[in-house]
Amino acid sequence: MTSAREIARVVDEAHRGHWSTVLASTVRLTRDLDLAEDCTQDAFVQALRTWPDGIPANQAGWLTTVARRFALDRLRRETTLRRKLPLLIEDAVSPDDVEQPTDPLRLVFTCCHPALARDSQVALTLRLICGLTTREVAAGLLISEATAAARITRAKKKIAAASIPYRIPADEELPERLDVVLTVVQLVYTAGHVAAGPELTRADLTGRALELAGLLVRLMPNEPEPQALLGLLQMTQARGDARLSEDGELVLLADQDRSRWDVRLLAEGVSRATAALQRGHGRFALQAAVAGLHVTAPSWEQTDWHQVVRMYDAMLVSWPSPIVALNRAAAHSLVPGADLTAVLAELDALGNEPALKSYGYLPAARADVLARLGRREAAVAAYDEAIALTVNGAEQRFLRRRRAALAE
Amino acid sequence: MAQYVFLLFDTEEFYDNVTPEGWQEAMKLHTAFSEAVEAAGASILGGAALEKSSTASTVKQGSGEPLVTDGPFIETKEALGGFYIIDAKDLDQALALAKLCPSNNVEVRPVMDTSDGSAPPA
Repeated sequence: MTSAREIARVVDEAHRGHWSTVLASTVRLTRDLDLAEDCTQDAFVQALRTWPDGIPANQAGWLTTVARRFALDRLRRETTLRRKLPLLIEDAVSPDDVEQPTDPLRLVFTCCHPALARDSQVALTLRLICGLTTREVAAGLLISEATAAARITRAKKKIAAASIPYRIPADEELPERLDVVLTVVQLVYTAGHVAAGPELTRADLTGRALELAGLLVRLMPNEPEPQALLGLLQMTQARGDARLSEDGELVLLADQDRSRWDVRLLAEGVSRATAALQRGHGRFALQAAVAGLHVTAPSWEQTDWHQVVRMYDAMLVSWPSPIVALNRAAAHSLVPGADLTAVLAELDALGNEPALKSYGYLPAARADVLARLGRREAAVAAYDEAIALTVNGAEQRFLRRRRAALAE
Repeated sequence: MAQYVFLLFDTEEFYDNVTPEGWQEAMKLHTAFSEAVEAAGASILGGAALEKSSTASTVKQGSGEPLVTDGPFIETKEALGGFYIIDAKDLDQALALAKLCPSNNVEVRPVMDTSDGSAPPA
């Protein structure tokens, strides 16, 4: 007999590692998300009861078999009812065929279908792929539990009613659809990275995003963009500890103690990003390239800002977003000898973008350039605007310090 | 297979200025669309072009007497100009076909099952 505590740890680990595999394989049998979720949950409960007598060698296989057996029992009992319910559509495969390594990938593409609202895609991915409870999803996304539950329910209903397929998209659809999946994973990471929620939930979300990016790399080893995303997230994660000072204040990349970076994770991220860049210049490859330029520079000042601006220029071609334009302008301001008046004009032009109307980073960037131009009053006003738009406590305190330094 | 209605929303300026040749061109586009649907293994179960929204009448049934007014129920820049009922494999196929549909805005809505013994919408 293994101790209850040890079993709880093993099952918890299995939950993190195998939830999506077990669920996805059960979904393929039931073609019903709710039923599959219930049965997967029951399989983990069963593991807590049974594993004290011996932990199976192949945990994922054991859990999948149990979840599918539960599902078959329930389906048999409810056949007449089930015939009338809308079911997930999938391409013909035999239900006896348990070994389908691409199942989790199908589930990811279903959760991130472009016909679902972005908010729902993120909530559904956290719930179904990461196995978070509705309460954890709510905490991670800083929304109420009722809102999280409503988003998940609405998305599941749409999947069934509109016949959103449980399938990996065809090659010609893949670039567009993969982009949505990668964006959702990045949003999951960002939700953990800059949220104002409790510390533990944040770390949990970033961890889940890294796991998910890793899953995509394993399942699509020949696609450069998942590699690039994983590299990007690893580089960001490696700098995590240095983002907060000892008294819990936000430290910008410019002021970070680079000796506190996780060297091993950084190296892994850089090598992934480099490999991805050799095979394509997609959106995530270019973002990873910028991150790589930052972390391989000996210091903030010695960053190759020319090259950073060039990467943003390339990004603007395939991804003409005002956020990218804002980042480009910010990088431009740091090129040695840059014409700051021209940069300010670039930033002012972005003020008309509806997407940036309530985005605190724009006035913050303007404030910095205005301060460097010696226009103190305008800079203070821009900091005030940025502070009003910022919800994250650490970011707000950071902006206040910058504003206070100007007023001295 | 699942059924979808494609609702085609467009500005009505086209009707004001269209020449006979332009009209024939537009009809050809719809014929080509029908052929593309069949070629994809899906099928068109029905559909129609609608007269301009200025010809619409609305009957409002509230608590009192039914009220007849002129015009469409909702006034928008883009008006409902026609529809198709399509039988497709799944939403991905329906969306791929909607991209081929000669209209600037196509709303794709699944058709609800209201046959005998059907369950209420979840």
